[in-house]
Amino acid sequence: MIMSKFSPLIIAIFLVVYKPLYSEQVVPEIDIEVTDGVVDPIPVAMPKFVIENYSSSSVAREIGQIIRDNLIQTALFRIIPDDAYISNLTSIDAPVRFADWRAINSDLLITGHVEVNGNMTTVKFRLWDVVGQNEIFKGVQFTGPTSSLRRIAHKVSDLIYSGITGEGPYFDTRIAFISERGAKNDRTKRLAVMDQDGANLTFLTDAKSIVLAPRFSPDAKQILYTSYETGRPRVYLLNLISKEVRTFPNLPGMTFAPRFSPDGDSVILSITDKGNTDIYIVDLERNTKQRLTKNKAIDTAPSFSPDGKSVVFESDRGGSQQIYVMPSKGGKVRRISFGKGRYGTPVWSPRGDMVAFTKMYQGNFHIGVMRQDGSQERLLTKAFIDEGPTWSPNGRVLMFFRETAGVNGAPALYTVEVTGRNLKKIALSSFASDPSWSPLLD
Amino acid sequence: MYARERNLKRGEKMNKFKVIIILAMLSTITGCSETSGLFGKPGEGNDPFAEISKSSLDYFSSNVGDTTLFKVNQSVIEPEYRTLLDSQAKWIKENSIASVTIEGHADEQGTREYNLALGARRATAVRNYLVSNGISESVLSVVTYGKERPLRICSEESCWSKNRRAITIIKGIAP
Repeated sequence: MIMSKFSPLIIAIFLVVYKPLYSEQVVPEIDIEVTDGVVDPIPVAMPKFVIENYSSSSVAREIGQIIRDNLIQTALFRIIPDDAYISNLTSIDAPVRFADWRAINSDLLITGHVEVNGNMTTVKFRLWDVVGQNEIFKGVQFTGPTSSLRRIAHKVSDLIYSGITGEGPYFDTRIAFISERGAKNDRTKRLAVMDQDGANLTFLTDAKSIVLAPRFSPDAKQILYTSYETGRPRVYLLNLISKEVRTFPNLPGMTFAPRFSPDGDSVILSITDKGNTDIYIVDLERNTKQRLTKNKAIDTAPSFSPDGKSVVFESDRGGSQQIYVMPSKGGKVRRISFGKGRYGTPVWSPRGDMVAFTKMYQGNFHIGVMRQDGSQERLLTKAFIDEGPTWSPNGRVLMFFRETAGVNGAPALYTVEVTGRNLKKIALSSFASDPSWSPLLD
Repeated sequence: MYARERNLKRGEKMNKFKVIIILAMLSTITGCSETSGLFGKPGEGNDPFAEISKSSLDYFSSNVGDTTLFKVNQSVIEPEYRTLLDSQAKWIKENSIASVTIEGHADEQGTREYNLALGARRATAVRNYLVSNGISESVLSVVTYGKERPLRICSEESCWSKNRRAITIIKGIAP
């Protein structure tokens, strides 16, 4: 059952290129190579943002904190404490005294200005390469409702992160997941969404039916999920704007493991009919289905490649659960996992070059990645149960759930970089599983 | 709530009335309670359930047995469960049961989607066995719970072996 109270997902934030006095765009001398193993965090000075008037101060403080938290979360940056600063920032347009920032060993300087006007907030910010004594890119200004200041702060964080690393942005994103409560043999599960950092949590279903594995649409406005509302697992499609729920009454048997095609026009899922589980593609507009696999094995957990031409899925057709790839129009099936153990939950990276998966081997679960041809397998985590990876839209971070063992065992959400570094638990007030990372919001 | 628990609870609530109602029903159905003794467990004569009607849900779950267990990642009916399923089929026929649901489950040592498919395989294996023993397909339905509803909650084989199960649930007793 869908909750009636639900805050709108889409909030207009206007991006304007702000033209400061000193606005030459230059290549930064600081260069972070994020593909390496261990990286020393880059020291960053981020003085309190200048405020337009007194009523802007609390908003400025909050935005500043969110940006700091985001940058620290990446483990690529460290913020030099305020009390070390020599220079005092009084205007975002004043010339930067680079020597003062270099003297405290800062490599980067972030300056900003916040103005709250009515119920709108405008943030201007600039990013400086202290070593090269250059501005890294032109100043940028965001204006949006103060009620969505977290999104404004995430947009600013994304520009800073992308400007320094050259990687795509990912802070202004949401996570759909399953919020769980109760004893292990009496769990209730609710569909929920939250910001990537755990803020703004909203429940989308009540606790009456088991719900599983939500998946965002490519436009982040719809969520596919599986529910036991009718007593059996069936796939549902929830529109986050209209709150309408679409069912698929024409599909037989039990349906689960849905994901969108990259164009959002169709859904790939598993149908279990007469005990056998195969993969189908459902055209959302025409409401027709195309059968992709047909054999006695379990074929499930399908995921499209970003170009929509291929499908990766798991199957036990060879005797144990392994990962296979096939053309999305049907055709030759090719196994890609050949390591020891069982493999499941494959999901294609947004860049298209890698597949993340769950691996079960010798009583442990791992999150791992491999090239799309199965080569260069790397395991990133190891635990009693680590399961169900989902990619950040820039392909740099994986979120998954980790379930602890024993009678009090329970799941929680974690992130890990694709390098295997920076494993972090997401602090939530309930158990959580089955995360789905949204695309970057508009 | 978990369907089996719901079923049992309903069974408990009905307990007071059940014996009377079912006895009344039995007077119009020939031979039900008498023949059910043929497939009972040994030593049944002095069991504590003797007062419970042999066509009751409690009798089915306690004396016939509703649980089929499976090996890791397997959905083959092991030889030791054939007798149990033969008894289930007999009981379902003799009590003219119109609706039976078989729930398939998996232990926690597998991924969510695979375990859903595996639970469906197990439930279907039980269903097919009952069909081959003369139960009409229209009586039987299957549902998988994957690893969503463990019966035992420790993370050891002693619990996992009990969670790799199919439960035969009697949905209604025909008039």
